[in-house]
Amino acid sequence: MRQYFPLCIFLALVVLIQLVTQITETAFYLTQLTMSAYYSLLIIGLCTIMGYAGQISLGHAGFFAIGGYLSAGLTTHNLQPFADTGITSLLDKAGLLVSSKDLYGDTLLTVHPWIACIVAISTAVIIALVLGGPVLKLKGHYLAMATLGFGIIIFRIAMATPYFGEADGLSGVPSFTLLPGITVSGDFGARIINYYIAWGTVLIGMLLLINLVNSRMGRALSALHGSEEAAQAMGVNTARAKLLTFVLSAAYAALAGVLLTHYNGSIGPGEAGVMKSVRYVAIVAIGGMAHLWGALIIGTLLNFMSMRGLFGSYDDAVFGIILILIMLFAPQGLLRLHIWKHIQKIKPKKHGTA
Amino acid sequence: MKKLFALSLSVLTLWAVSLFFVAPDDAQADEIKIGAIIAETGGAAFLGIPEARTLRMLTDEVNARGGVAGNTIKLIIKDSGGDPAKAVSFAKQLIEEEKVFAIIGPSTSGETMAIKDICDKNKTLLVSCASTKAIVDPVAKHVFKTPQNDSLAVEMIYLEMQKKGISKIAVAVGGTGFGKMGGKFLNEMAPQFGITVLENEVYDPKSTDLSSLVTKFMANKEVEAVVNWSIVPAQAILAKNMRQAGWDVPLFLSHGFGNIKYVELGGAALEGVFFPAGRLLVADSLPESHPQKAVLVKYTTDYQAMFNNEPVSTFGGHAYDAFKILCKGIETVGKADTAMVIDAIENMTFVGTGGIFTLTPTDHSGLKLEAFEMLTVKDGKFALAN
Amino acid sequence: MNPDLFFQYMLAGITYGFLYAIVAIGFNIIYNTTGIINFAQGEFVMLGGMFAITLNNILPLPLAIAAAVVITMLIGALLEILFIRWLDNPSVLRMIIITIGLSILIRELALHFWGETVFSLPYFTGNELSTVSILGAKVSPQVLWVIGVSIIMVTALSLFFKFTFTGQQMRACAANRLAARLCGINAKNMVTFSFMLSAGIGAVAGSVISPITYTQYDIGPGLAIKGFTVAILGGLGNSVAAVIAGLLLGLIESFSIIVIPLAFQEAVSISILLIILFVRPHGLFGRSDTASLKEF
Repeated sequence: MRQYFPLCIFLALVVLIQLVTQITETAFYLTQLTMSAYYSLLIIGLCTIMGYAGQISLGHAGFFAIGGYLSAGLTTHNLQPFADTGITSLLDKAGLLVSSKDLYGDTLLTVHPWIACIVAISTAVIIALVLGGPVLKLKGHYLAMATLGFGIIIFRIAMATPYFGEADGLSGVPSFTLLPGITVSGDFGARIINYYIAWGTVLIGMLLLINLVNSRMGRALSALHGSEEAAQAMGVNTARAKLLTFVLSAAYAALAGVLLTHYNGSIGPGEAGVMKSVRYVAIVAIGGMAHLWGALIIGTLLNFMSMRGLFGSYDDAVFGIILILIMLFAPQGLLRLHIWKHIQKIKPKKHGTA
Repeated sequence: MKKLFALSLSVLTLWAVSLFFVAPDDAQADEIKIGAIIAETGGAAFLGIPEARTLRMLTDEVNARGGVAGNTIKLIIKDSGGDPAKAVSFAKQLIEEEKVFAIIGPSTSGETMAIKDICDKNKTLLVSCASTKAIVDPVAKHVFKTPQNDSLAVEMIYLEMQKKGISKIAVAVGGTGFGKMGGKFLNEMAPQFGITVLENEVYDPKSTDLSSLVTKFMANKEVEAVVNWSIVPAQAILAKNMRQAGWDVPLFLSHGFGNIKYVELGGAALEGVFFPAGRLLVADSLPESHPQKAVLVKYTTDYQAMFNNEPVSTFGGHAYDAFKILCKGIETVGKADTAMVIDAIENMTFVGTGGIFTLTPTDHSGLKLEAFEMLTVKDGKFALAN
Repeated sequence: MNPDLFFQYMLAGITYGFLYAIVAIGFNIIYNTTGIINFAQGEFVMLGGMFAITLNNILPLPLAIAAAVVITMLIGALLEILFIRWLDNPSVLRMIIITIGLSILIRELALHFWGETVFSLPYFTGNELSTVSILGAKVSPQVLWVIGVSIIMVTALSLFFKFTFTGQQMRACAANRLAARLCGINAKNMVTFSFMLSAGIGAVAGSVISPITYTQYDIGPGLAIKGFTVAILGGLGNSVAAVIAGLLLGLIESFSIIVIPLAFQEAVSISILLIILFVRPHGLFGRSDTASLKEF
């Protein structure tokens, strides 16, 4: 039961921040907090594969983009001109399509966001399954290169495919009605509900991951991280454990991509870029690698400040400085600084977590 | 573990609370806030930096003269780094928190399209510095743009080709939003001018060498001319590689070539290329009687005096036009009232760096074919082609 | 396809290959002494080019390049001393993230120092229009400079690591840091030296490719990714293998345009890299036993 205690505090904090913004009439902060929540969803997934299973992935922005782009493509491209063709009318009859009006009064016939969301996430899961087998056999720099390469391929496909808008990306992505009355949309009026949708998703995501980490599977993972050979000798199916974690983190990234794209109403190829992947990895490292709460807090803080443009033209520079300072002086992550050690009475911990 | 967690949470809370002390103050009565979302860093910085410089220069100049219709202008520049997600976040921030009167920028078409609907829904003026026709087609009441339409530049190029008797061409475009739209119009409009596009390729904005692209075009013996439609510095690489491969068919560039630094990069390889552009680049060679002459010379002189003789580019010119159109609109009305200013802009004729704008309720771009001149490069300088 | 055309494509591929290989060589030097990949290697290339261009305003070209190489080497040494030397047995992942951070910082500093402008060095021989004919295909003389410089560097480095005492010491550090120290080798100095050496090689590369590719504050990551790709494809640590892998990748990229649009070029070449990694997880010429030793 103890491991759920932080979740309660977390939930209380989410509500508290919303109430404070309401009272001080600064609800506009919720916009960037919502955006950061979705990036954090990706980051906690990445934290599981990196920190707990010990496998670096420099390609997670790719999974985010698969989710975002597929969902955006399916819900944005107008099928009206093809309304009479066999496949389209079949889809329409099956209730998979929705008809709507755009800002300028034209009728749009598009795939239902729920269907698009399911297609997007299952595509990411299938790609992760297919790719995970051979990729996770690699080690060290070779693993880094393979995942980096995967990210580059996704970026290039997004940049070169007219369906995905090439360099412009896709805009005009409609809102996504999850349940009647609960809609993911960027309208100012829907801000509070969207804040809760985003953080509710993160909360459920955390709950699942905490359970995973504390389960038999989680113990297998930490054994695997310590020594893969030893874990194998103890009867842990290391390949399966790594693959499952990889697929799960890909699904988290894709879900984050889907929801943020509907929230923003647009997505650009930069979301698949190498720099984004590097940023996510760095945030996990700053948070302390095998530290879900660290990754969540750092991820939210940094993305929130960046999305608000607090650092102006020094956004990347500030990020680089934080990165170096943490890695030089607190390689175990910001939340495990020596100051904390005096406060918390924990057993002398093992070094070399990374 | 628990304590550690509690501590980190309390830090977070403190931090969150501290944010509210720096909440933006309310606008003063005689101050008009204008937001700008500009890519001052990142891959589109070559567009954003001259734009941001121009905007800062103009704001100082206007405020020194006592402002617009008695109001000083407060310019808020947000650096998006070319990222549409950031542009969305900043647009919401500017509209809701800063309550800006208008937004200038973004520099790229992807970002502009991402915030077009947000601005229109929330009744905030947006004057974009990106060129894609989709920004003003379909017309959104609150959205304008200053760069010339791509289709006009294509028309200029094709008319020139007709004159020269060229009918079979190869098209290479840079992999940006600008290149994408150029490629689209070049292919769509070719039949109207009796021109056939034989080859199409897109190259990376960060290309290091394009010899294989050139070889592929060369392999098609029927190609009579090449159109290289791009806004990135890499467009000079293509010109170099063509000449180095010993291929000397005519080369046409787009109005995205509007920066003398690109000529320095390509050196001798760019001599004799053709490209349509606004008159900013050839301000000196215009006759005194030309209506744009005064505007162009003043902008060039001011900009160079302010920024160490840094040459002007048409990119900075787009920001100049956007800022001046807004100012003129506010001056006409006498106050910063969105609906009235839009009305004024929609009935405005404005002499800018990009040409003479004739804005109407159905045309939120306002430039015609006359905005362009066909230019060439002679002895490392821009010159009128005809 | 007629032979002229074939050679023209081949020359393009060779050009690409050497552009990638010349960056990959720098990766291999630091990898050989420390077992880490320096993600700021692309920034050394950028700095070399930028300093050479700036100095070329007041110095003749050869002197400007020489000075740029020296300055970049000093920066390389300084970075190592400030950010890496005093760390106590850092993990590989920590090193990777530090070098990523350094690459971001150098790039931002360069942006504020040189601005967003694109620069280039003049052609070493001739100008933009000069060409050399080889077997009916034409190529810029600068490409020959790149090829020549790469070959000289690879040869010199192999000789250096095999036959000089310092080179042997550096290899000893890579093989077994502790044993090397027990033999009286100052391992820390060797690491500093390897950073200097690879910064210098990066700077040479940055100068010699500048007339072809141009130099801008943000060319580093693009070049580094290609260099990293080629170094991995060849098998880490082996510079001759990097050149061969570079040529292979360059030729694939060059000829791929015949069947696949240029926009997909990189997606194709990276896919091929992935397939090769899946089949031979230690690169084309790498040894599987050394590859499995390096973990995060």
